[in-house]
Amino acid sequence: MSQSPAASIDPAGLTVRLSDARLGARGTIVDVRAESGAQSVGVVELQRRLLEFGFVEGARIELIHEGAIGHDPIAVKLDDMRIALRRADAADILIALDPA
Amino acid sequence: MSDLALSPARVALVGNPNSGKTALFNALTGARQKVANYAGVTVERKEGVVTTASGRTLNILDLPGTYSLRARSPDEVVTRDAVLGQLTGEAAPDIVVCVADATNLRLVLRLALELKAVGRPMVLALNMYDIAQRQGLKIDLEGLSREIGAPIVTTVATRRRGIDDLVAQVEAVVASGALGTTNSWQEPDAAAIRKAHAEAQRLVRTYVRPPEHPDTWTGKIDSVLLHPVGGMVVLLALLFVMFQAVFTWATPLMDGIEAVFVALGTWVGAGVSNSLLRSLISDGLIAGVGGVLVFLPQILILFLFILALEDLGYMARAAFLMDKIMGGAGLHGRAFIPLLSSFACAIPGIMATRVIDSRQDRLTTILVAPLMTCSARIPVYTLIISAFIPRTTVWGLFSLQGLVMFGLYASGIVSALLVSLVIRKIFWRSAVEPFLMELPTYKLPDPSNLARNLALRGMIFIKRAGKIILPLMILIWALSTFPYAPVGATRPAIEYSFAGMIGHFIQPLLAPIGFNWQMAIALVPGMAAREVAVAALGTVYAVGDADNVGTLARTLADHWSLATGLSFLAWYVFAPQCAPTLGVVKRETNSWKWPAIMFTYMTALAYLAAFTVYHVALALGGG
Ligand SMILES: Nc1nc2c(ncn2[C@@H]2O[C@H](COP(=O)(O)OP(=O)(O)O)[C@@H](O)[C@H]2O)c(=O)[nH]1
Repeated sequence: MSQSPAASIDPAGLTVRLSDARLGARGTIVDVRAESGAQSVGVVELQRRLLEFGFVEGARIELIHEGAIGHDPIAVKLDDMRIALRRADAADILIALDPA
Repeated sequence: MSDLALSPARVALVGNPNSGKTALFNALTGARQKVANYAGVTVERKEGVVTTASGRTLNILDLPGTYSLRARSPDEVVTRDAVLGQLTGEAAPDIVVCVADATNLRLVLRLALELKAVGRPMVLALNMYDIAQRQGLKIDLEGLSREIGAPIVTTVATRRRGIDDLVAQVEAVVASGALGTTNSWQEPDAAAIRKAHAEAQRLVRTYVRPPEHPDTWTGKIDSVLLHPVGGMVVLLALLFVMFQAVFTWATPLMDGIEAVFVALGTWVGAGVSNSLLRSLISDGLIAGVGGVLVFLPQILILFLFILALEDLGYMARAAFLMDKIMGGAGLHGRAFIPLLSSFACAIPGIMATRVIDSRQDRLTTILVAPLMTCSARIPVYTLIISAFIPRTTVWGLFSLQGLVMFGLYASGIVSALLVSLVIRKIFWRSAVEPFLMELPTYKLPDPSNLARNLALRGMIFIKRAGKIILPLMILIWALSTFPYAPVGATRPAIEYSFAGMIGHFIQPLLAPIGFNWQMAIALVPGMAAREVAVAALGTVYAVGDADNVGTLARTLADHWSLATGLSFLAWYVFAPQCAPTLGVVKRETNSWKWPAIMFTYMTALAYLAAFTVYHVALALGGG
């Protein structure tokens, strides 16, 4: 799941979009962009909401749960909070995965 | 102290969701609170009163929880405007109390920084301090207070600890005559949010030492409750228990309420000699109010579950589990709770849609809520099923009657999902609100807090019943009473009334779906509440004892064809005629447009469904 879209960001595959991350993925947020979300609220608004929830550069993140259907939505541990979101809304969050 | 110093002060409570703000508000104001709506919007306005040690009155306004002043939902707009003093009919607060969950400071500190920028005097209440202490979290209160420039009070809202201290601090700030600074708040852009976050982060790093024993329960519980399979099983089991409770525990109470109102009607009736007045009071007012209040036990039990699960922190998990399924139908995960409530009665369900941020998502949920099989349909279903569905067993296991009942529930759910899908795909294309939700740490609900919140919900329902439902009841009573039957009339009086005329008038329209004029008449008083149609059928068929379902069912079986009976059931899956629901929708949406749309689409679907069922049944020989 994480291969193709991640490749466009980081050929080494160490940086992934949160929308493509797998259960158990763990790392640090390196970028929160305003580019790919096609939501009604618009990319700029989505970016602000994400930032307000604490999705900021430098935050520690771990994908701890996912839904049964299409692995969606997901629950992440963000620093010491737990947050649920849909993969579709998580595409602009880029994570540097911890080295295995 | 001068008179001026003791003038009442307005205090606004602001905080993140799940910070214990409601519990703190309850601890501060006790029973001295009242709930209304803000002028022109449908957001609940909760205000309470505290008297300080020096005798000053503090008017405490509990504002909707928010993560930022950059409002995204109608609730958050209220919070922002109230804090900024821009809310119509509402004076700016003299002081803001920022409520924080001491174990989860980062986000609320960013909010506190925003509040600081507004320039009003502020006190920071670090709530859940008991949990912070248990976890061994150390906070340098003095340092933090100095940096954010506001006094800090630690509180345990559920134990009422620190409440007097908080009141004293607020009083001190007010008495000092602090006026605050000028408002420099601006809607932050991404860069400003990042900056504020970095600042909040710095404050946490500097003044908070991480817990020695962080909470590990939440993770463990979630590994079961959010498990893709296990979580669903638990959710379904919970729903099952909840429904059992709503329908079995409530029965004795409902019977009791019914008996009280019948007795009251008879008693008052006996004391009033004027027969018209007697009929208005006992058949119109008392029976009308009783007809709505009988749902109070179910509503309270339902809300008991909902509030307890909410306090526990489970509701966010339920929304997580249901989001994909609900999302497939174009609904938000949070619509799950309101739709669930609608199984008892659409009114609390529609009231509960306030938790949905986006207006479009909320309207969709409101529009489909009455498709959930409310308990007022049960008497109608029971009557028709016992009249037309044989008591046989299918596949040696299931009762056919039970299966039909199940089928009716299922049709309600399926049509709600389909209708919302249509609304989403056709009317509000592409409008998908992001689903972004905190999963709070689990907490054992506090019984007294729970009891207070439950009492509040009950009061709101009763008030609604009084304000909206009562006038409607009187109207419907009048329609079914006037004009009187002529002297020497042989047929039931209702036939000569306006309801009777309406029934006769619309009957040709209903003939294609197999309804006779008696059924058409019964639909008119059935506007009051769906189950009233049962009593009305009893009246038009002059079955003296309409409470005896058996007699009425036999009468119906004699007069109606099977196709007609089934058509009536199909009609009731959609059954647009519930005046109280339409009244509440008007109130919640502040316009007659939405109740009109709801009534129209539900009538159309009811007609379509009844037409289809009637003709299929006829074709299969059910005439
Ligand atoms: N242990 C503890 N629990 C609290 C405290 N304050 C609130 N709670 C609980 O936290 C949960 C959420 O509280 P609530 O007032 O509904 O939060 P709100 O969303 O901010 O209104 C409830 O289960 C409360 O009983 C506190 O100071 N200590």
